[in-house]
Amino acid sequence: MALRQAAIYGKGGIGKSTTTQNLVAALAEMGKNVMIVGCDPKADSTRLILHSKAQTTVMNLAAEAGSVEDLELEDVMAVGYGDVKCVESGGPEPGVGCAGRGVITAINFLEEEGAYDEDLDFVFYDVLGDVVCGGFAMPIRENKAQEIYIVVSGEMMAMFAANNISKGIVKYANSGGVRLAGLICNSRNTDCEDELIEALASRLGTTMIHFVPRDNVVQHAEIRRMTCIEYDPKAKQSDEYRTLAKKVLENQHFVVPTPLEMDELEELLMEFGILEEEDESIVGKKADEAVA
Amino acid sequence: MGRALEGKNMTKLSKDEAQALINDVLEVYPAKAREDRAKHLDFADGGDGGESQKCVTSNRKSLPGVMTIRGCAYAGSKGVVWGPIKDMIHISHGPVGCGQYSRAGRRNYYIGTTGVDSFGTMNFTSDFQEKDIVFGGDKKLAKLIGELDQLFPLNRGISVQSECPIGLIGDDIEAVSKSSSREINKPVVPVRCEGFRGVSQSLGHHIANDSIRDYVFDREDGGSGPEPGPYDVAILGDYNIGGDAWSSRILLEEMGLRVVAQWSGDGTLAEMEQTPKVKLNLLHCYRSMNYISRHMEEKYGIPWIEYNFFGPTKIAESLRKIASYFDDSIKEGAEKVIARYQPMMQAVIDKYKPRLEGKKVMLYVGGLRPRHVIGAYEDLGMEVVGTGYEFGHKDDYQRTNEHVNNATLIYDDVTGFEFEEFVKRVKPDLVGSGVKEKYIFQKMGVPFRQMHSWDYSGPYHGYDGFAIFAKDMDMTLNNPCWGSIIPPWKQAGETEQAAVA
Repeated sequence: MALRQAAIYGKGGIGKSTTTQNLVAALAEMGKNVMIVGCDPKADSTRLILHSKAQTTVMNLAAEAGSVEDLELEDVMAVGYGDVKCVESGGPEPGVGCAGRGVITAINFLEEEGAYDEDLDFVFYDVLGDVVCGGFAMPIRENKAQEIYIVVSGEMMAMFAANNISKGIVKYANSGGVRLAGLICNSRNTDCEDELIEALASRLGTTMIHFVPRDNVVQHAEIRRMTCIEYDPKAKQSDEYRTLAKKVLENQHFVVPTPLEMDELEELLMEFGILEEEDESIVGKKADEAVA
Repeated sequence: MGRALEGKNMTKLSKDEAQALINDVLEVYPAKAREDRAKHLDFADGGDGGESQKCVTSNRKSLPGVMTIRGCAYAGSKGVVWGPIKDMIHISHGPVGCGQYSRAGRRNYYIGTTGVDSFGTMNFTSDFQEKDIVFGGDKKLAKLIGELDQLFPLNRGISVQSECPIGLIGDDIEAVSKSSSREINKPVVPVRCEGFRGVSQSLGHHIANDSIRDYVFDREDGGSGPEPGPYDVAILGDYNIGGDAWSSRILLEEMGLRVVAQWSGDGTLAEMEQTPKVKLNLLHCYRSMNYISRHMEEKYGIPWIEYNFFGPTKIAESLRKIASYFDDSIKEGAEKVIARYQPMMQAVIDKYKPRLEGKKVMLYVGGLRPRHVIGAYEDLGMEVVGTGYEFGHKDDYQRTNEHVNNATLIYDDVTGFEFEEFVKRVKPDLVGSGVKEKYIFQKMGVPFRQMHSWDYSGPYHGYDGFAIFAKDMDMTLNNPCWGSIIPPWKQAGETEQAAVA
């Protein structure tokens, strides 16, 4: 099959890295050749595949060697469970430098060094929560990821983030070929979560590709720096990830999303009782005024 | 285009002709650009003999797509205000180009041994690489400052001049400066003059002025110097191009004043620290140093005046204006200075005026010169028929009105196209602007002087400077080479004549 490049976005802490690695492990189990490119200075996108704390990153190695030109592909690429290839772009500690530039430099390096070889079936970019600058949009520029999966839950802020990311996709969809490929609901056990995310997906013009239920086995696996698939292949949760992988594999529903206006999104949330109707009469009123 | 303004001995434009010319030049722009540029172009109009009240729009973002002659905030801070402080090391913090391509380009003369106790013509840079962008340049900066102090122990302090990436990646140069300053026990001044800030170099001047206020004046152990005296003055905004400040300060000293500081041409950190104790601040380049002058007026009660040392008329006016702030001994001193130089100046005028009289000049420069040099040309019988500022503000154009006659063209942030068209149509005998304009006009057959760098000559300030100025203008204007070049409009005229024949 031809190489498919996918990027995983979503609100910080939603479980992008865990979901990505379990999905990738399931694909590897099916015999697919997969590479993960971590695009987050925290460099925690490959630890479950590699059983390591944090992989040595492209940018850290480049800083040691002098420049990225001094590196070879094998210096930065590690191979883990199911022969999954792992690369972390890396970047500065919080508060200094430019992590976005690190992502750009690292991805350019991988391209120039021929990391995207013909045997690969999938590349997954696991990107930092918010697309705060051009650097974190690098994976969805032309000739990079063509399909975007957004990890989301029934929590309000996660849905806001999903909508914002869709706006970013629209921008790049017009100049390149990037498309929204679906929402992955990583359940937080909120009320009517599946219906809500399905409704959001349909408003965005896409589908909820899979509803991943919450299960403690994921945490048990994480403590052992393993994916659920590897830690307990027989677990029910492992089958959930296998189903997700199968759906991704078969997915052909790639769309230019139709992001919601703020009002529409709030309406949707109200419809599901997550957000209460706003009382306009109290806006801008101080405590004593409210009493009066 | 194509209004016939031909005429062999054409005098200055009339107001109607000036307006028609502006309209013609604007015509080629798209509507939106035309609307914008129209606000920047005008001509002096004093009505019936009064002073012109015109004030074009200025200090606005240049139009995309035009050739602007402006610089950036980094140029304003590193190149203009801080760079000439000779006993400090000025680090161009960021990639190598900004520092290297601006190195030693401004002819700020200084006395000292370069690389030992003076550093004016050297380039110090943190030479950013990709990894410095990604991981931040703060550690490199700290290391660099330590190394510099070791290699050049006679430096009196260090300034950190921010290039664009510093602002983008949020390098905390203030924190590094603070800790490095403690380490080397010298002032380390962080300057947030990233090039993308503001619309021209002008904001860089302001930022640099503010950093002097915050990091030089308010320093606890700063400012030990000579005992303040009753005749102490400081020269502000003279960058000593070709020695300008030197030919200025001798006049002030001759009239009995004590010049304790020169900013920043041939200037030192100690002189800056001494300045809040002077009696009067003498401001030459108003644009680039009015901020710190106003601050000293507010905080230390030091009055300041703008003075003009171009040409004997303005010099005499300025000397008297300066003397008016002091006692009679200084006033007498000023008169003595004026009287002593008067015959020398008369000799200069007698020699050059007959060769230059009636010649028309168009200027386009920065800072103070678009108005200040007008008097010097007038002393030689020449007339400035067009002038404009690269990065002037409203107050600069207001201050220009008293210097310009009716129908003198005024152009703010002139575009390459506008300037060329104005010159083609007004046909001045001399154009004074910068190095980027020089060869364009020379190839058009128009005599040209660089009025930023004095075309590798100078000084032009003071009485001594005027003699050189007069000689240079004559040398340029009456150079026989111009007879060998036919300007385009003369070629066009010949073709037309041929067609008629």
